[in-house]
Amino acid sequence: MMSRPRLAADIALAVIGFCFVAPLLWLLLAAVDPHAGYQTAVPSAPSMDNFGAVFTPELLFQPLTNSFLLSAGTAAVNLVAAVLAAYPLSRYQSRFNKPFMYSVLFGTSLPVTAIMVPVYGLFVQLQLLDSMMATIFFMATTTLPMAIWMMKNFMDSVPLELEEAAWMDGASSMAALRTIVLPLMRQGLGVVFIFVFIQAWGNFFVPFILLLSTAKQPAAVSIFSFFGQHGAIAYGQLAAFSILYSVPVLLLYVLVSRSVGSSFALSGSVKG
Amino acid sequence: MTIRRYLRLLPVVPSVLLLLLFLLAPVAWSFYASFTNAALSGRAARDPQWVGLENYVRMFSDDAFPLAAWLTVVFVAASAVLGQNVLGLLIALLMTRSRKAVSSWVGTAVVAAWVLPEIVAAFAAYAYFNREGTLNQMLAFFGGQGPDWLYTFPLVAIILANTWRGTAFSMLVYRAALADVPQDVSEAALMDGAQGWQRLAFITLPLIRSSIATNLMLITLQTLAVFTLIWVMTAGGPANASTTLPVLAYQEAFKFGDIGYGTAVASVLIVLGVVFGAVYVRLLREQKP
Repeated sequence: MMSRPRLAADIALAVIGFCFVAPLLWLLLAAVDPHAGYQTAVPSAPSMDNFGAVFTPELLFQPLTNSFLLSAGTAAVNLVAAVLAAYPLSRYQSRFNKPFMYSVLFGTSLPVTAIMVPVYGLFVQLQLLDSMMATIFFMATTTLPMAIWMMKNFMDSVPLELEEAAWMDGASSMAALRTIVLPLMRQGLGVVFIFVFIQAWGNFFVPFILLLSTAKQPAAVSIFSFFGQHGAIAYGQLAAFSILYSVPVLLLYVLVSRSVGSSFALSGSVKG
Repeated sequence: MTIRRYLRLLPVVPSVLLLLLFLLAPVAWSFYASFTNAALSGRAARDPQWVGLENYVRMFSDDAFPLAAWLTVVFVAASAVLGQNVLGLLIALLMTRSRKAVSSWVGTAVVAAWVLPEIVAAFAAYAYFNREGTLNQMLAFFGGQGPDWLYTFPLVAIILANTWRGTAFSMLVYRAALADVPQDVSEAALMDGAQGWQRLAFITLPLIRSSIATNLMLITLQTLAVFTLIWVMTAGGPANASTTLPVLAYQEAFKFGDIGYGTAVASVLIVLGVVFGAVYVRLLREQKP
């Protein structure tokens, strides 16, 4: 009785799935086609030439290193600030908690692209333009509200009794946080770190505005300049470059969604 | 005793400082600068003058702002509220009745477009809608002749591209919501002879209405902020035909060097974000009192 609607659902889904894959086919096929254009075509002579061509220090290694520094730095700042902020919010009752958490939630909904013009102005005034450090702190702040929110939820799930025992033994609350709470929420720490890392890795607009010298620009920006300069000619190399740049975050996403399921995907709600 | 109570809150300070310096200060500066003639270079860059409401008056006398505001409304309504939201719900509903292999394969395809770095998704969409691109190749296969999407129908192209990029989020929200709908409720409806559409409209949708509301708020906020996708695909062109508010703010500030006017456009966007953000927080508060 259920077989006909089920078949119809399968067919409808397959059609939708095909539409979602279609724009990605070009990326995959052009990357292995030395004569690629904007058409999607099975390459007549597939080769790894495009990957070879972009495998140079200035094109690939330097921008990817910058991406890594920027993303890891952003994630580290987030982790430290969010753990510290989440601890009192999770452990002590206070009148201040609820308004703070709702302000933080409100912060997650601020459109980051809207504040880039003022942020540029602020960075000029404070002479922070083209500073990797300042860019890291700014990017960390844009994801901080979400990180605090997630961190508090993870911390709430660590039972209080274990810490109370430590307090009895005279440990300070910071010592209890370090030796008892954090080890028990390792997975949560990992999830927040990777979540922020993925967002920072994919961020184009912020470094595009705040980092000016080529030597500091991450792959998202350098790939855009490459597209502007050679994109009209070297389609295949652009595709190869795009794939090499995307692989790390695809792997991280798979890793996290395996370990915590789609709840992580949901917390990715606020994307820059 | 009270001092100790305040000391406990000390670890929150670094976060508060970061949020004040890098989030609240730019917002405040944006409103301030929108009343000046601050510029990227020249005399007005060194010594910006207070110009009162001049930038806001210009907004409504200028053709560019009303057009950009209208394009933003169309872009958000078509790609988020209709595109991502309805398609995401449709996919999630279909998944409840399809074979597991099919639904997991399609789920991966939909999520892939969302997990890719924004700039890569933008390149893929650019190539797809190109005159010689995949879309027109497929149309040619069926005997049709496609237009040059990015020049003739730039708004359609960016709407479809943003739907493609963002549907995964709505799909995940609705899959989680539908998983919480008790099976026996819809089965009971089936016994009563409720037809498919009635069951959807009167049973399923009311049960997941809070998810629908939250989802709509979040995807509206995300779509309001889309810049990279549009910038790579059309750069707002041709002749402003796809210039939404974030693109306009960027162009005014960095292409024409008019920081004052750019921050005025940005301030309008911030106010829109604040309104939707406030509604979103309210919705969540009502859900868990």
